[in-house]
Amino acid sequence: MSETPVQIAQQPNHVAQTLSVSEVLLDAAKRSVFQVQEYSKLCLWSLTNLASAPRYAQDTIAQMDDIGVGSLPIVLLSGFFIGAVMVLQTGAQFERFGQSSLTGDVVSLALVRELGPSITGLLVAGRCASGIASELGSMEVTEQVDAMRAMGTDPGRKLVSPRVLASVITVPLLTTISVFVGLLGGMVASVFSLRLNAFTFWQRAIAILQFSDLMQGFTKSLVYGFILSTVGCYEGMNVRGGTQGVGRATTQAVVVSSVMIIVADTFLTKLALFLADRLF
Amino acid sequence: MAAAPSSSSAVLQSSDEAVIQFDNVHIGFAEGEVLRGLSFSARARETLILLGETGTGKTLALKLAAGLLQPDSGNVAVLGKQISTMEEHNLLEFRRQVGFVFQEGALFDSLTVGENVAYRLTEDHVPEEEIEPRVREVLKFVELEHTLEHLPSELSGGMRRRVSIARALVTHPPIVLYDSPTAGLDPITSQTIISLILRLRDVYGVTALLATHRLQDGFGLANFVFDPATRKVLRVAEGSSETAAMTRFLVVKDGKVYFEGNPEELLHSKDPYLQRFLI
Repeated sequence: MSETPVQIAQQPNHVAQTLSVSEVLLDAAKRSVFQVQEYSKLCLWSLTNLASAPRYAQDTIAQMDDIGVGSLPIVLLSGFFIGAVMVLQTGAQFERFGQSSLTGDVVSLALVRELGPSITGLLVAGRCASGIASELGSMEVTEQVDAMRAMGTDPGRKLVSPRVLASVITVPLLTTISVFVGLLGGMVASVFSLRLNAFTFWQRAIAILQFSDLMQGFTKSLVYGFILSTVGCYEGMNVRGGTQGVGRATTQAVVVSSVMIIVADTFLTKLALFLADRLF
Repeated sequence: MAAAPSSSSAVLQSSDEAVIQFDNVHIGFAEGEVLRGLSFSARARETLILLGETGTGKTLALKLAAGLLQPDSGNVAVLGKQISTMEEHNLLEFRRQVGFVFQEGALFDSLTVGENVAYRLTEDHVPEEEIEPRVREVLKFVELEHTLEHLPSELSGGMRRRVSIARALVTHPPIVLYDSPTAGLDPITSQTIISLILRLRDVYGVTALLATHRLQDGFGLANFVFDPATRKVLRVAEGSSETAAMTRFLVVKDGKVYFEGNPEELLHSKDPYLQRFLI
């Protein structure tokens, strides 16, 4: 039986618990370490789960369709215009020195090594990390994940691994398409703006590329695909606080995955340049 | 009334041996300890009604029984297995023997009713031609055969609970756990759900834990039986030893068992706290 307002009013007030600054900081640090630990475990399991049955090939294909095919329009559009704007910006500088023909070289290197993987990674993170987090988050708060476990299904295998695998496969493919379309955009811009020969632009853009450049771009896109899917899954599977929590997780997934992609880019670039000098 | 689906599982035989055993179970979260030494046992084919106010840990007890949570201390044994110390991959296998009906149904909202009910069978790679008749059979049992192609969002709350029961029933588990199956439903729909649970008990002989804060649910199960011969729900004579043995009440208060007994004992109790449930 619930207590009346009078009964509640007569109860002694609870003394508010005051925490010192160091306690708050220590608590926050512990929470952060715990989150890193849980995220690392999710990353590890998402990969090790693929090594043994049951595997969910159908779910993986469905996710590839959602992440890959679904992201194609934004990747195509942005890729084309980024290539074009790169040519406009660099071409204007090269024209000052009478070296317009170098535009194709620079744009090609920039797209393959850096802009293609990064822009694609960020775009897909914005679209899919949020989608994954909200989908899994909604399942979590409506006990669908628990229902799955109650029926003997491992949510890590059924929900996480297919999304991670699909993302790791499709993001490099999307990056390849983005780079190709970017070069097309660059070619169009160079023809109409810089009055360059389309064939020359294309020939120089391809000729400048080395195997190490392709590997750099490919490795980055692979890592970005892994980051955006694992962050989305982690945020979604750890939703607390109902629908408000789902909203928070969705925002958090985009923010964290975007920042992680940019940070990872720095380290991967340094590593790729280091390895390129020694291996290729 | 719809026909009862054919049972292919090993129905547990009535015995004094505990099928579900909680031994001094403690569990708590950041907000504090919720279960503080919960101990009880359920025998084969028995329906145990976990009665208690909101927040007393009834759902937690069910989740512990299904191995969805691990206790901080104490033991939980189900079907002779110590699930409180079991690894997750072993628990996944164990949970296939337990049906769980969640409070809000917890149906997969992107799958149709048919796909929801077929979920476990699909996971077990049961041949397609075998899945459909089995799904239709259990949906017929809950009188929702016509909703096969519907999405859960197109169903009412009561219908979603019935689909959830069908989903738990499709593999004929010997144990079914019901988490507040009538919460938030109107009295008529609640009665439909209770009579379904009653038929499951009397046709299949499932062992059940039913968490609820509604005393009517418990008395509904204690005072009625389903007669498979006439296919009717019949009221049993007062004080019938048969149903008294099949249905027991467990009142949970402050994370512990406050009262344990048959419906008659609860009904005639003079305890002021228990009296509050009887009003």
